[in-house]
Parts: sequence; C-alpha cells; structure tokens
Amino acid sequence: MSTDPVTPVLTKRWLSPRSWRLSTYEQLEGYTALRKALAATPEQLVNVVKDAGLRGRGGAGFPAGVKWSFMPPNEDKPHYLVINADEGEPGTCKDIPLMMADPHSLIEGCVIASYAMRSHHCFIYVRGEALHCVRRLNSAVREARAAGYLGQNILDTGYDLDITVHAGAGAYICGEETALLDSLEGRRGQPRLKPPFPAAAGLYAAPTTVNNVETIASVPFIVNAGSAWFRSMGREKSPGPKIFSISGHVTKPGQYEAPMGTTLRQLLELCGGMKDGIPLKFWTPGGSSTPMFTAEHLDVPLDFEGAAEAGSMLGTTAVQVFNETVSVPWAVMKWTQFYEHESCGKCTPCREGTYWLAQILERMVAGEGTVSDIDTLLDVCDNIFGRSFCALGDGAVSPIQSGIKYFRDEFLALCDSNAVNAARGNDERRELAGAHSR
Amino acid sequence: MTSDLRADVFGAEVVAEAQEIIQRYPRSRSALLPMLHLVQSIEGYVSPAGIAFCAAQLGLTTAEVDAVVTFYTMYKRKPCGEHLVSVCTNTLCAALGGDDIYKRLTTRLGTDDAPVGHEETAGEPGETGSITLEHAECLAACDLGPVIQVNYEYYDNQTVESAVDLVDSLRAGQRPAPSRGPALSSFRAVSRELAGFFDDLDTTVDGPSAAAETLRGARLAEDRGWTAPVMSDVPLPLPVAEEKK
Repeated sequence: MSTDPVTPVLTKRWLSPRSWRLSTYEQLEGYTALRKALAATPEQLVNVVKDAGLRGRGGAGFPAGVKWSFMPPNEDKPHYLVINADEGEPGTCKDIPLMMADPHSLIEGCVIASYAMRSHHCFIYVRGEALHCVRRLNSAVREARAAGYLGQNILDTGYDLDITVHAGAGAYICGEETALLDSLEGRRGQPRLKPPFPAAAGLYAAPTTVNNVETIASVPFIVNAGSAWFRSMGREKSPGPKIFSISGHVTKPGQYEAPMGTTLRQLLELCGGMKDGIPLKFWTPGGSSTPMFTAEHLDVPLDFEGAAEAGSMLGTTAVQVFNETVSVPWAVMKWTQFYEHESCGKCTPCREGTYWLAQILERMVAGEGTVSDIDTLLDVCDNIFGRSFCALGDGAVSPIQSGIKYFRDEFLALCDSNAVNAARGNDERRELAGAHSR
Repeated sequence: MTSDLRADVFGAEVVAEAQEIIQRYPRSRSALLPMLHLVQSIEGYVSPAGIAFCAAQLGLTTAEVDAVVTFYTMYKRKPCGEHLVSVCTNTLCAALGGDDIYKRLTTRLGTDDAPVGHEETAGEPGETGSITLEHAECLAACDLGPVIQVNYEYYDNQTVESAVDLVDSLRAGQRPAPSRGPALSSFRAVSRELAGFFDDLDTTVDGPSAAAETLRGARLAEDRGWTAPVMSDVPLPLPVAEEKK
C-alpha cells in the first residue's frame, strides 16, 4: 500500500502553538483514547497493541504487546510501568523533542499502558540533561491530575494511577533497562543479569515493564484508530510510522516522521540532500551502536528486518550522516572514547576492552599506529562482542568492526603513512611516544 | 566538623524537602538521586557534608552514597561556577565543530598557557560570572549540532564565535537566552528543579521548545499536503473469553 513520504502522527501536534499545554492537547483529540481504553479490559488493550505489531522504539524492537503480556495477571505484588526517557545513544534525538512539544501524549500513553498492565504507579526516568523535558513532564502531570486524568478514581472509573517524573544524573548505561531500574532504586546504574526479566522481577523485585517514550506515545493513536490503521503504514513485520532523526552533513537536518521501511535515499530527498553537495561517506541507521553503512546502502529499507539483513540494526533511527571530509578512524576513535567513558565497569570485557580499544585508536589517529593494530582492534572486539554483560559492549565494537569492514584501506593508509614516518628515523617522536603515559 | 557543616548548610527546611522527596517513592532509597540534586542545589556541588546528609536521611552509609555520587557525571565533586557550560564533543557534534568550540573555550576561559580543563572553573566558584567548563557526551540534539548546554539549557547550532560570545556574556554577568527553554538561571537553581522542586513552574514551563529543525518533517508534510492515513474511531478487539487457570 502506498502512503505519503512523511506521515506525521506523533509529530503532528508539534506544530500547534503551546502544544505542551493540556488545553491544546484536548482540542486535538487528547485523552479521547484514555476514555475508550478505560471502558475496555486490560486484555483488549494488550491485544490491540499486539495486533498493531507495535515494536519497541528504544532500539531493540521487541513487540510491545508481547512484552505487556508477560506481566502476571494477578496483583500479588505491585506492578510498575517505567518509561525509559534516558535518551543518550549518540545520534538519537527524538524523545526529547517529543517530550518537549507533546508531553501529554506520553502521559496519556502511560495511563493506558499502566491500566493494561494493572499498574498503579508509573515512573518516567528522564535523562537529567533533558531539563526542559523534566519541566514539561512535571507540568503535564500536574495538569492531568487536576483534570482527573491521573490520581484517584480516574474519570470516575475507579482506576488509580500516579506518575512520578524522575530525573537521572548523567549515565548513558541507564538507558539499558535493568541498569535504569537499579538507578531508579537509588544505586549505581549497572545492568542486572537476565533472567529474571523485569516482568518477573523488575523495580523493587516486582513485575515491571520498561518501555521507550516513542513506543508509549504511539499507544493512544492505536487505541483510537485501531491496529489496521497502524499497519497501513510501514512494513509487515515493522509497521507504523517512525521518527527518523537526521543529523550531520545534510542540508536540512531534523525530525522526519515517515513510514517504517523508508530508505536513506528517500530521507535525503526530504532533507534537501547532502550539504553543499559534498558526497556521502558513511552513516548510521540508528545511532553509534548500530554498525555503520555507506553509500552502497542508500536503498536499504530502514525497518528492523531491512537494517538487519544489510548487516546493521535499526536501533533508534538516529540517522547520522557524514560526508567525505570526515576520517573514519577518527570518527571511530571518538565513538570508542564515548563507550570507554560510559562503560559501567561491571564486566571485564567491556571495562577493559573499551579502555584498550580507545588507546589503540588514539595512538593510530595520533600517527603512531601500525598495521598490526588493526588486527589487535578486531581481536579485542571479538573478546567483547557477545561476552559482555549487556548490549553496551556489543554496541562499542559496532563502529570499529563496521569501520574496518568498509574502510580498511583508510585504516591501512593511516598506518602506512605512520610506518613511512617511522622509517624516516623519527627517533625523537618514538622516544616521546615511549615516554608518553596516557 | 562535618556535623557542624551539616547543621549550617542543611537546615530544617532542607530536611523537610528531603523527606518530601522520599514520599514520592515506594522505597526510600529511590530518593537518593533527586536528593543529591537537592544538596547540589544548595552547595553548588556534592560535598562530603552533602553525602553525609543524604546518608543520614536515607539510613545509608556514606560509602554507599559516595559510590552512587561517583558513578554519575552530573554530580560534581568540586564547587562549580555560577554556570556549567557543557560542550558536546561526541562524534557528530565534533565533526561539525564541537571539538574546535571546546578547545577555544578552554583558552578563552583560561589563557593560552593555562587553559581551563574539563570540570575546571574560571572565576571564583559561586560568584557571578564564574563558569565551570566540561566536554559532554551526546546531548541528544544532534539535528541542532554543534550544541552547547549552559546549566542544561540548550544553545543550538553553535560556532566557535557564538560560543565565545556566549561565555563572554556569562563572564560579564549576563544571561543570554537559550535557544529553547525558559530564561537562563544558574547551575544551583536548575539542580533544584532536577530534584523535583519547581518554585515557578507555570512560568518556566513556557518558552520556545521546538527548534525549526525539530519541525521540519511536520512542516514539509503540511506544505506538500502529506498526511498519515486518516484515523477513524475503530472499536477495540472484542474481549477474549476469560482463560481461567
């Protein structure tokens, strides 16, 4: 079926003046889905989200309805819904504009999802650096409570829910759902061993579901318009609209909400092409943890299957575009420094591995690398990938492995020129390098 | 000594606010992160006294609190300036000029011979115009890069020149308006908001939010007449017969 190239659903209200206010939201069908949802059973809501095929928008793409159905039907312990609003994956910048412009869509989604999972306390864990989102969400919670959409006996249905907005304190790892839960419990944000999964033992060891902002903000639309409507956009296994965040060397970077499966070629048309006509060199389909693509991949359908079949991942559809002026070894070094800084230190492969990877890349970019460093990098990557406690380790090796896969010549050329310099008898520099402690 | 400090700095009002934070959560320890933002709002950093205060409020050891403080980058271990200037130097912002901006600010705030380093402060901490500088990881505003935050308010699409103007104004005691969000306040004032205390939320919640870049997709669709498929009110799937186990 054919849809328009841009399909504003989540982003549509952003155009309205003072879109963050309850009065604006109510004028634009806000909280109509909530009335409908509270008149239904939790099972009906889980089923409509399952039927819609809504997949998690935080990167992993797990079907949201299936995740919800893991929550136990009884209420022996309190149930919790926790929203992961700790947006920090390099390149990702969709949840922050959503929470700034349309916080009530997230709040409405939270109430519906909490009701569907028999939860009476929902937490929104917002990245601390997203200060203005913290304000907007707190204000939205106050407005919603005053209007009877939150609190005791919501809309006279007898359903109670409170939402607590919780600001983080600066740690990328807290975007990992179990690290987020530890952080929300007032601890260092370090991942937990799974199983048990959060639905069995999450926040305070009680049944918990952690969902991304964009996922939950999509729910009111699905409740109102149904699963078939949602499936009329995107592709069979990855339906719906998706906010593509296009950044970097393009003419008009920004947020473009398009059907799942849109290609970079199509996105580049929307955002005015490459800036100043300088050709594309490499790009990430969904943040720095997703292996990079090149100009060969312009026609890869950007949905969960398409990106995976082409050797990467959809991630958060954070499309970072780099032109020919950018050195791949340099970019890879910068990303690796990021992972080194953000590694939580819990498991050895990631803690030690990222530390050594960063040093090797720094040495290479500083003009002191050798060709054998390339193999060392890949070897260390092999010892991190699949051997780390959580996905941060896998993400950390993505830029390196994909960078060397597509641009090995550039790494080689860098090391060759280093070798030439060394052969010239640059003893002074070698001494300096040897004495240098990093 | 520490207990004297605690009595001076964290009076009855702060104790009451700490208790208020605890009430937000089913279990008290969850209050630790906001409580650390709160003590930071009072002292401009997380001091040993602040750590002792949180530990006492929550029945934790100071070591347990310290372990948390050192994990998170937003808790500062040294007194900070009136403003915290964070320059994104992650890959994309750096490629667009973020590295140059950071480098220039180190010497602008210090001197060529003695640049101000990461998490170092120009001026006397706490005094008007004092600035703590840091290089930050991705600030999640990549379509607006290179970005700087001052006290976690966004300054979008920066250049070396605009960044120098920005810190010069801050040093002179001015508070240039951020690209998005309310009027600029101070590092201490925003720390209080991060603790969940909003003294004037009706005012601070306003201010511009969406940058032009944010709205580009939606505007393009509006201009071209592109829309999502029409939504009509469709009944929810019928309830499935109850499965009794």
